[in-house]
Amino acid sequence: MNQSLESFLYLVAAVAFIVGLKRLTSPATARNGNRLAALGMLLAVITTLLDSGVVSLTGIIAGIIVGSAIGVVAAKRIAMTDMPQLVAAFNGFGGGASAFVAATEFIRHPGAIDTRISIVLSVLIGSITMTGSFVAFAKLQGLVSGNPISFKGQKWFDSLIALAILVLGVLLVTSPTSLVFWVLTLLSLVIGVTRILPIGGADMPVVIAFLNAASGLAAAAAGFVIGSNVLIISGALVGASGLILTSIMVKAMNRTLIGVLAGGFGGTSGPQAEIGQLPVKRATADDVAITLAYARSVIVVPGYGLAVAQAQHVMKDLANALQERNVEVRFAIHPVAGRMPGHMNVLLAEADVPYDQLYDLETINRDFGRTDVALVVGANDVVNPAARTDVNSPIYGMPILDVDAATTCVVIKRSLSPGFAGIDNPLFYLEGTLMMFDDARKALSDLVTAVNTV
Amino acid sequence: MLMVSITVFILAAFVGFEVITKVPPTLHTPLMSGSNAISGITIVAAIIVSGRAEGALATTLGVVAVILATINVVGGFLVTDRMLEMFKRDPR
Repeated sequence: MNQSLESFLYLVAAVAFIVGLKRLTSPATARNGNRLAALGMLLAVITTLLDSGVVSLTGIIAGIIVGSAIGVVAAKRIAMTDMPQLVAAFNGFGGGASAFVAATEFIRHPGAIDTRISIVLSVLIGSITMTGSFVAFAKLQGLVSGNPISFKGQKWFDSLIALAILVLGVLLVTSPTSLVFWVLTLLSLVIGVTRILPIGGADMPVVIAFLNAASGLAAAAAGFVIGSNVLIISGALVGASGLILTSIMVKAMNRTLIGVLAGGFGGTSGPQAEIGQLPVKRATADDVAITLAYARSVIVVPGYGLAVAQAQHVMKDLANALQERNVEVRFAIHPVAGRMPGHMNVLLAEADVPYDQLYDLETINRDFGRTDVALVVGANDVVNPAARTDVNSPIYGMPILDVDAATTCVVIKRSLSPGFAGIDNPLFYLEGTLMMFDDARKALSDLVTAVNTV
Repeated sequence: MLMVSITVFILAAFVGFEVITKVPPTLHTPLMSGSNAISGITIVAAIIVSGRAEGALATTLGVVAVILATINVVGGFLVTDRMLEMFKRDPR
């Protein structure tokens, strides 16, 4: 194929990615945008396959068939609740592909100094992304404990590896040998594991977003290796996307990226609060149903507990029952309501909740003061007023949903047990708060029945 | 060569920041899986290096790269489509 035509087709693919991402700015155009990006990818792949430099197609076609089969099965089978694991795994595959590209190219020819710098970056970022993502996957899937896992002297161990990687990287650029390359690869794979293991399950949304950025950077680095602009552009886009999401999650969780990556936070090793010392107002399904049925407006605050109880659909039934009585129902989604950015929105969309009933934190917080009932289901830390008032609280400064501003706040929860941060929630003891102690799914289905008989 | 690549990278990163800041939180999961599929563009590099690889080791590594990148691309776009299909506007 003509060199200029080839470059032009790659440019078209890159533009398709940018326009595709731009269409993701509205749910109405998003699906179309994703398909446009997919078409761009198809164009890029066909262009590459027609490239005269590609001599043996058999292995490549076989690889594409195997990869497609695995991709299709994974995409079709995955439950929406397991989406964080899937994205983590995909991040890992993307990173792995970049590392393998670098290795293949290094074996063929280490190249000039520019190429060698790129090979070091590609194998380093790619390998760390691969093993780091697989550890994140294992934690999210429950294959290894969500608690921080570390060993004595780990910080030293990691620092030593990082130093060795730096030295080997420089060595590979100045005087490339196979031994240096493979040791560098091995150490990059190791540090991906040892850096993610000490991070607690609660911080995984940040980790996935960060590894998403890393998978983009790995693709860009592979682009540096083979001198391909379409890879560099795509990698930079994904890197930017991942970094934006990382920053959003870090702010929403009141953490810093450094703090998250240092590990040791979350799991069940946090401070245990003294709980259940104060009286709470218990309410039955019938009490709550009357409050909801005669309200003008209700804001539902879903937390991950809702998804764990598989209660999204019955939540939607309750919303329907209320809307039939002309109660305005809206959903307030905290950025960390799910296990990854925007996760709760997908779970509610799956239960047919229209996206224009879903509101983000900044938009909805102004409205709690004018709302009759805030219904908190399976959420805890994200509605803890201590984040606003108690300077000694570990979550002080974290942006929360101001459910205590609503006339009545109903909390559906199994017990008074603390959330991820391991701290008590003063919301439960407020004058205007009603507690419904039950499993989310059972409580909501009781409420549907009760509302329909009011 | 490296400087040209760096220039393209930085300009594209700015475009990325501009475009992606405007993606609403409700679409952040599809954004992640969709952008993840786009990062599967490594498939292009995987095909090129496999196509010119010599020897058993390099050929094997190249094909593994193709498999991994393809999973990323095909799985990523499909699962994003599956999610976006569920996002519906209020009929009322």
